[in-house]
Amino acid sequence: MRNTAGTIIMAEAVHEEPARIGGGKLTDTEIENNKNNTMVEQSSTLLRRLEISVAEAEKRTGKNTVNMQETFTVYLIETRPIDAITDGHNPAPDSLWRRYSEFELLRNYLLVTYPFIVVPPLPEKRAEFVWHKLSADNLDPDFVERRRVGLENFLLRVASHSVLSNDKILYHFLTEEHEWKEVVYETGFQAKADSRIKALSATFRVKNPDKRFTEMRHYSDELQSITSQLLRVRARVADRLYGVYKVHGNYGRVFSEWSAIEKEMGDGLQSAGHHMDAYAASVDDILEEEEHYADQLKEYLFYAEALRAVCRKHELIQYELETASSDLVSKKHQREELATGMVRTFSFKGMTNKLFGQEAPEQREARLGLLEEQIVEGEETVKEKTSECQEYVKDAWVDIQRFKEQKDRDLREALVSYAVMQISMCKKGIQVWTNAKECFQKM
Amino acid sequence: MSGTIVDSAVFPNQTNTMAADISGQMLDLDEDDDLEVFSKQATRGSAFEFEEEEASDFKDIFVTVDNPESHITAIETFITYRVLTKTTRSEFDNSEYEVRRRYQDFLWLKGKLEEAHPTLIVHPLPEKFVVKGMVERFNGDFIETRKNALHRFLNRVADHPILSCSEDFKVFLTAQVWELASYKKQGPGLLSRMGETVRAVANSVRGVKNRPEEFTAMQLYVEAFSNKISSLDKVTQRIVKEQKEYLGELKEFGPIYTLWSGSEEELVGPLKGVAGCIERCCKETEEQVNQLSDTLVPTLHEYVLCSESLKAVLRRRDNIQAEFEAKNEALATKKVDQDALKEETDRLEDRVEWANSALKGDWGRWQRCMRGDLKSAFITTAQKNIDYYEKCQAVWETFLLSQRMDGSEDAEKDDSS
Repeated sequence: MRNTAGTIIMAEAVHEEPARIGGGKLTDTEIENNKNNTMVEQSSTLLRRLEISVAEAEKRTGKNTVNMQETFTVYLIETRPIDAITDGHNPAPDSLWRRYSEFELLRNYLLVTYPFIVVPPLPEKRAEFVWHKLSADNLDPDFVERRRVGLENFLLRVASHSVLSNDKILYHFLTEEHEWKEVVYETGFQAKADSRIKALSATFRVKNPDKRFTEMRHYSDELQSITSQLLRVRARVADRLYGVYKVHGNYGRVFSEWSAIEKEMGDGLQSAGHHMDAYAASVDDILEEEEHYADQLKEYLFYAEALRAVCRKHELIQYELETASSDLVSKKHQREELATGMVRTFSFKGMTNKLFGQEAPEQREARLGLLEEQIVEGEETVKEKTSECQEYVKDAWVDIQRFKEQKDRDLREALVSYAVMQISMCKKGIQVWTNAKECFQKM
Repeated sequence: MSGTIVDSAVFPNQTNTMAADISGQMLDLDEDDDLEVFSKQATRGSAFEFEEEEASDFKDIFVTVDNPESHITAIETFITYRVLTKTTRSEFDNSEYEVRRRYQDFLWLKGKLEEAHPTLIVHPLPEKFVVKGMVERFNGDFIETRKNALHRFLNRVADHPILSCSEDFKVFLTAQVWELASYKKQGPGLLSRMGETVRAVANSVRGVKNRPEEFTAMQLYVEAFSNKISSLDKVTQRIVKEQKEYLGELKEFGPIYTLWSGSEEELVGPLKGVAGCIERCCKETEEQVNQLSDTLVPTLHEYVLCSESLKAVLRRRDNIQAEFEAKNEALATKKVDQDALKEETDRLEDRVEWANSALKGDWGRWQRCMRGDLKSAFITTAQKNIDYYEKCQAVWETFLLSQRMDGSEDAEKDDSS
C-alpha cells in the first residue's frame, strides 16, 4: 500500500465528505481502478464534487515575520458544490483569500506526503525568461494575472488527481481560511522530508535501481534542459518580433508628415500611415497571446523537476534497502565469526583477539546476544524496506504513466495552439498590408 | 527631321539638337506667359509636360547596364560595366551598340549634362564611395547595387526628352573606349571651367534678391521632402536590421524542437512538424528581407540623393539669377560701356528666363517620376509582405491539418482498443 500517512488521510477524507457520490469506504481495487481511470472519469475526485476557481487577485499590505511593512498579493479561491448548481440553484460561492506562500506550503506538504506522485507544479515564483517589454516585477498586473491563472490551474490539476484530490489538508486549504497553516504543521510533514544531500547521494551510490526509473530520471533532465532552452530562445524571438513591428510605427509618423507637403499623394500616404500605426500596435496582442504558450511550456519545465523527484525517491528507497540488506549480511557474518571462531574477513576484534588473547566467554555471549537481536531487527527492516520499495515502484510507475499521457496530450495541444496563434498573426498581417497596398495604389 | 538649334553663343557648351519626335508630343502647353516672348524656346519650354504613358509609347531608345567585370592594370583595379543600347533614332548610325564603361565615365556624363542644363533635374548617380571603407568597393553586393543604380541613371537620361538628345549622351553610348577618352579632352579647358566655378561661388555669396515665389515654394518643398525621404530611408534600413535579427533568433528556435523530438515518443510528429514550419518561415523571412533590401532601400536611397540634386538645381538657378541681378545693378550704376553692358545684361536675362522655364517644365516631370517610383516601390513592398504572410499561414495550416488528422486517427485507435 502507499505510505501510512496517505492511507489514514484517505480514510478520514471518506468520513468527512458527506456529499460524495457513491458514499462509503473505497476498497483497494476501487482505489486502483480510480488511479487508472483518472483521465476518463473523475467520479471519485474532488473536482467532480466541487467547482473551484481562483477568481481574483488583490494587493495587501501587512507586517511580515520580521515586523516590517510589505506589500503582497492575495488570491481569492472560490468553491461551490456541484450538486447545488446542477439542482438549478445558483448559490454564491464560498471564498477565502490565500497568498502564494500558502500555495507553496500546500505543495510542499503534498510532495512529502505523496512522494510517488508527480505533483503538479506552481506557477513560477519570480518572472523568468522575460523579454524586454515584459515586466519582471512581481506586482506587475500582467504578471499577477498570469499567476492567478497558474494557481487556478494548479488547484484544478490537484483536485482532479485520483490520489491527491482526496487529501484532507487540500480540502481544508480550499474551504477554511483560518488556522490552516497550523493544521498543516501539525501533520509533521516537515520532519518526513528527505534531506537533499541524502537524496543526491543515494542517486550516485545505488546499485540496482529499477532501470525504468533511471531512464525516467534521464528523461526528466532532458525535458528540463530542452524546455528551458526553448523558453529562452522564444523570449528572444518575441523581443525581436516586437522590434520589427514597432519600427513600422515610424512609417506612420513620417507618412503623415510627408502627406502634408504632397498634393496627389497626400491622401494615400496619410491613410497608409494609419495602417502602419495599426500594424505596429498589433504586436502587443500577438505577444500577449504567446505568453500563454510560454506558460504551458513553463508548467512542463517545472513538471520535469517533479518527475525527477519521484525517480530520486525510488533511488533513495532502493538505496536504503540495499544498505539495510548489506548491513544484515555483515551482521550475519559477524555472528558466524563469533559462533565458530573462524575469521572470515579481517576485523579489528579478530586482530585484538590474536594480539591480546581471546575475550572471556561471558563477553562473547553478550555480544552474540546483541548481534542476534540486531539480526532479527535487521531482517524486519529488510522485509519492510523490500515491501516499501515494491509498493513504491508499483504506485509511482502508475502515476508516471498517467503523467506521461497527460504530458503528451497537453504538449500536443500547446503546439497546436501555437500554430493557431501563428496563423492568426499571419491573417492580421495580410489584412494590414492589403489595406496599406490599397492606400499606396491611391497615391 | 527638323529641330530647333539653340544659340550656341548663349550656351557655349551646348551642342545638342532637338529630336523631331518630341515636337509631336507637346500636349499641355505651359501656361506661363513669359514663354510667349521667347518663341525660339517656346517649344522647348513646354516639351516636358507630356504624360508619362505617352512617353513610354514613343520610347525609341533602350539602354541596359550589366555584366560587371573587373580589370587589373599595373596602376589600378577597376570595374567596367557593359552598356547596351538599342535604338531607332536616326542620329545614331547603328541600331545597336555595345560598349564598356567605368564609374568615372558615368560621372563625366552627369557632369556634362548638368553643365549644359544647369536647371534640369538629372537623376543621381550611386555614391562614389561606400562610407565605411574603400576595401568594400569590390564586394559583390556593392557592385550589384551600383550596377542597378547606373542602369536606372542611364534610363532616366534616355527617357528625358531634352537630356536624351545630348551629344555627350550619344557619345557615351556609342564611342569605343579610346574614342571616348579623346572626346573627353575636347571642350573648355580646366581653367575656363574653374572660372565658371569661381563666378558661381561669387554669385552664391552675393545671394539672389528677387527670387520668384514659386521657386521659394519649391525650395521649401525640397527641404521638407529631403527631410522626409531621409527619415524613410533610415526607418527602412532599421526595419531591415530588425528583421535580420529576428531571423537570426528564429533560426535557433526551430532546431530546439527537433532536438526535443529525440527524447519523445508520441510527440515526435508534432515536434518535428513545428520545427519544419519554423524552418520554412525562416526561408520566407529571408526572402522578404532580401526584397526590402533589393527594392525599397535602393529606391528610397536614390530619392535621398535626388533631393540633394534638387537642392543643387535650385542653387544653380539662384546663381544664374544672381549673376543677372549683379550685371543689372552694374548697368544702372555704371555710366560707361552702356552698350556692352546692356547686351550682356540682356543675355543674362535670357539665360534666367530659360533656366526658370526649364526648371518649371522639368519639375512636373520629376514629380510624376518620383510619385511613380515611390508608389511602385511601396506597392511592391506591401505585396511582398502579403505574399510572405500568406505563405507562412499556409505552412502552419498544413501542420494543423496533419495534427487534426492524427488526432482523429488516435480517436479511432482508442475506440477499437
